[in-house]
Amino acid sequence: MKPPSFGYHRPQTVAEALSVLARYGPDAKVLAGGQSLIPLLNMRLAAPKVLVDINRLGAELDRLDEDEQAVRVGALVRHARLARRTPSTSTTGTSMADAAEASIPPLLAEATRYVAHPTIRNRGTTVGSLVHADPAAELPAVLLLCGGSVELASVHGTRTVPAEQFFVGPLQSALAPGELAVAATFPRPPARSGSAFREVSRRAGDYALVGVALQVALDGDGQVASARAAYLSVGPTPVLVDLTDAVHGSTVDWEDAGRLAQSQVEPDDDIHASAAYRRHLVGVLTRRAGEVALARAREASGDA
Amino acid sequence: MTVAPVRPAESDAPAVAEPTVAPGPFGAPILRKEDRRLAAGEGRYLDDLGHEALAAAFLRSPHAHARIVDIDIDAALDVEGVVAIYTYEDLDGRVAEPLPLLIPHPALHAPRTAYPLAKDVVRHVGEPVAMVVATDRYTAEDAVSLIRVEWEPLPAVIGIDAAVAAEHAVHPDVPDNVAAHLVQEVGDAQAAIAAAPRSLTLDLHVERSASTPLEGKGVYARWDADDRSLRVYTSTQTSTSVRFALAAKLSLPVDRVEVVTPDVGGGFGVKIVHPWPEEVLVPWAAIRLRREVKWVEDRREHFISSAHERAQKHTVRVGFDDEGRILGLDVRFWHDNGAYTPYGIIVPIITSTQLLGPYKVGAYRVEFHSLYTNTVMVTPYRGAGRVHACFVMERVMDAVADHCGLDRAQVRLTNMIRPEEMPYDQGLIFQDGRPLIYDTGDFPRSLRAALDLVDWEGFAAVRAQAQAEGRRVGIGLATYVEGTGVGPYEGAYVRVETTGDVVVATGLTTQGQGHATVFAQIAAQELGVPVDRVTVTTGDTRRFKYGVGTFASRAAVMSGNAVALAARKVRAKALRIAAAALAADESELTIVDGVVSVRGFPDGPSIPLATVAVLANPLRYAFDEEAKRATQFAVPATDGPPVPEGEEPGLEATAWYSPVRSTFANGVHAAVVETDPETAEIRVLRYCVVHDCGTVINPMIVEGQVHGGVAQGVGGALYERIVYDESGQLVNASFMDFLMPYASEVPTVEIDHVTSPSPLNPLGVKGVGEAGVIPGHAVLAAAIEDAEGIRIDRMPISPAELFDLRRRLAAGEDIGLRRRSRGEGPS
Repeated sequence: MKPPSFGYHRPQTVAEALSVLARYGPDAKVLAGGQSLIPLLNMRLAAPKVLVDINRLGAELDRLDEDEQAVRVGALVRHARLARRTPSTSTTGTSMADAAEASIPPLLAEATRYVAHPTIRNRGTTVGSLVHADPAAELPAVLLLCGGSVELASVHGTRTVPAEQFFVGPLQSALAPGELAVAATFPRPPARSGSAFREVSRRAGDYALVGVALQVALDGDGQVASARAAYLSVGPTPVLVDLTDAVHGSTVDWEDAGRLAQSQVEPDDDIHASAAYRRHLVGVLTRRAGEVALARAREASGDA
Repeated sequence: MTVAPVRPAESDAPAVAEPTVAPGPFGAPILRKEDRRLAAGEGRYLDDLGHEALAAAFLRSPHAHARIVDIDIDAALDVEGVVAIYTYEDLDGRVAEPLPLLIPHPALHAPRTAYPLAKDVVRHVGEPVAMVVATDRYTAEDAVSLIRVEWEPLPAVIGIDAAVAAEHAVHPDVPDNVAAHLVQEVGDAQAAIAAAPRSLTLDLHVERSASTPLEGKGVYARWDADDRSLRVYTSTQTSTSVRFALAAKLSLPVDRVEVVTPDVGGGFGVKIVHPWPEEVLVPWAAIRLRREVKWVEDRREHFISSAHERAQKHTVRVGFDDEGRILGLDVRFWHDNGAYTPYGIIVPIITSTQLLGPYKVGAYRVEFHSLYTNTVMVTPYRGAGRVHACFVMERVMDAVADHCGLDRAQVRLTNMIRPEEMPYDQGLIFQDGRPLIYDTGDFPRSLRAALDLVDWEGFAAVRAQAQAEGRRVGIGLATYVEGTGVGPYEGAYVRVETTGDVVVATGLTTQGQGHATVFAQIAAQELGVPVDRVTVTTGDTRRFKYGVGTFASRAAVMSGNAVALAARKVRAKALRIAAAALAADESELTIVDGVVSVRGFPDGPSIPLATVAVLANPLRYAFDEEAKRATQFAVPATDGPPVPEGEEPGLEATAWYSPVRSTFANGVHAAVVETDPETAEIRVLRYCVVHDCGTVINPMIVEGQVHGGVAQGVGGALYERIVYDESGQLVNASFMDFLMPYASEVPTVEIDHVTSPSPLNPLGVKGVGEAGVIPGHAVLAAAIEDAEGIRIDRMPISPAELFDLRRRLAAGEDIGLRRRSRGEGPS
């Protein structure tokens, strides 16, 4: 479990990083938190000729930029920084540093707390997790649900890829050779909305057998205007399902929403769970997350 | 609750040591002496040694079963930094022979062991095929990746069913795949079952798992060509036997081989096997190359090339009466021993002989077949056959209770051996070839203590409360009896230094048990010195040459008693010398805090042990101030020789402990689980342990052993399984997919003690190392079954599998408990 030899570049600026990436194209891999890449190297499942270590680019990439519409998460922001700011649990995130932090959308913070374990969250990056595009990972589902996007920079310029186009397949994103994912943007939820993240994993911190990020928005009368959910571990990419038909208006039926979601996912068997069990969990978790999200939406609407 | 010690009944037993007389470190919950060093990162594990050594890496078979047509190493040899590449063709002498069959047995009629490097055929994924030695591990792995092997794949035999079907053979000369077949019978079980008022048949299955110590194996060899001597560091559970094995394999005189075990990051059984292919090949290469060579196993290597355990299928017939009294038990089981049998058939022998636990079953018949498969070999893993045995017996108890509509605890009490029946001969031959005779134990008392601890009677209210909240809970019980402290022997060396410090050495090894503490407690108690003056060395053949190893919950029993006996010899000698120096009678002397004085006169004449140690070695040369006191002119002249006849210089002694047979510990676990009615997730709400390991040397260490065992038991029951696909690929060979429980999955363990000292050894101790893990499968299966009303006959169990059982029950399959169909409460 030692990696084959590789070249190592540690650029001092994003521009320098992009020029190295341009030079090596598909032979280069970007090293940020390394929580997925290093094991892949050690198991010789990946053998890039060159690693481009972006950890010296903190001035440009270790930033959270926020405005009223969205939070932009730079490529060197570690999971822990987002997980620490947890609006729903005010006992955490009281430090001076946190007080100065951007306000993180509740769903992003809640989902980030499900990412692996504290030591991994201290090192792994949010953008890195998105680029890794594991369909069992939490953050791709969140990005998809909230309609976020990823900024991909190269020597030719920067393009912004919306989430629904970014996750191409299992462990495959739209990132092209020569590109560096410099940031991801998570739009804030609309007013009068609530969200919830739920998952079932074998052990605390494991990849989810099934997980769901769910958001409910209310209309001016306090009725459900829309409900959408993104599921993880039920297909080659995160799966977005519009549940509105099942729960709109005054007839909120989360069981029905669960059945709707079950009809739109295609989970696989693996050694940890059967496809049938995963499909069952999609129903259960839809109801559990839906009830919480709805309650939060009503709370946000002053309608609890 | 602590139950008062039960005095041993056998009068020919040696007296129990002094702790009841003089308060001392024996029996005290003192902190582990080794922990500060280990917790501070000052441990020295195998990979902390030999930074200048060459590194070895292995090409391992990617096939479960294949013929090697050709091996092309040319491209690999071109890698810069490669020093040597070896295949079977390069091996010579006894290294080219198959590895030893460590534990032969008459019932093992077709034993097979591997060659250090595969010869012609590989029989499991991971079998070593070629060895690369290079300047570093990176380079060695680069070269491994360039070795080209032409394979001719052969049909793979995977799993017990395929082995039994025997459409293909793992070894061509063993066409039925049966390595061993053994029957033991006490009474006529089949007749007893036929005549019994009631009978049941159960099929019970335990899946494959593995020890998975956090530190894998590792070997580092240094050959001194001038001295023609070899020193080998290896992460093993038996340095003494590795030494003899290497001397034999490498054709070296034993006194030219030293084997040292550094700190070991866990063993759990897998490191008792020896010599591993790498354990032979690394020293062999070091001698051949006249260079230091080191190999450190990585995680994937450990999964695919060390050893596994647990996989067994059992079919049980039981006959019983209306009170749930068992009248006959007939157990047939099939044991998957993997591709080779170097460790013999210890695991199925233990299952077959320890299955009865604390019960009398009337007549008992047990028959097993041990089967070859194209998978990693099977050798003991903590619990070693008892996990399966306990699962089988306790599932039988629950099934009988369910069948009769009786309380599960009552059925167990009905069948238990009574304390007045001790010693109790089960009529079987145990793993040490000796009769299986329980020495002491009060099984009903252990059970009642567990029922109190978990509040068995009060659980109906807990269940009702949970049901009212829409939750689902269940409770389970499991008992066990564990044969511990198997022979043949261990020894110990104790020396008092001229500083007054005490040095203890014993041959067996340490992989986390706390030997540096408990053996120090024993020596300190016997010698009357503070425990912090005692230093213990284990697993270093330079310090102690003879011994057996650390396995089978035997270290405290075997080496513990040897340390006590050696310390007693040292004490006696110290008192003889002190008596002469103080002009007192030995019988009047005592040792307190390292000073010998007349009992009852602490301010009277006295002499420190340090001085006694000086006097014990008459000197010609005064090399320091202390030594002056022992020179020929300083010692009061006597007519006799300076070293009296029958004495030896030095305040030191070696002693041996060799028991006639094993001593038997026992215990009862009780668990409360909650199963999510929707997601089928399983959570352990309470885990209660009552255990009896005889006299306790250090209760904190005993509880730590129990805690660790329970963690492994919960892991084995709910998370860990080794999964092979049909082609023999191990599909979860990483800690990402082989799910060991984290702290977040391990319940708080509630412990209570019962103490039944063993009459078989001077200290009255029994082993505890494996106790915590044994009932894990059984107790959690029982609790889940109780929560769900569905029979649990296969472990481990995952939420997905529980979900599947629920669907099958809902679909009308006959897998529910009888008490559910009778409308009785689940308990």
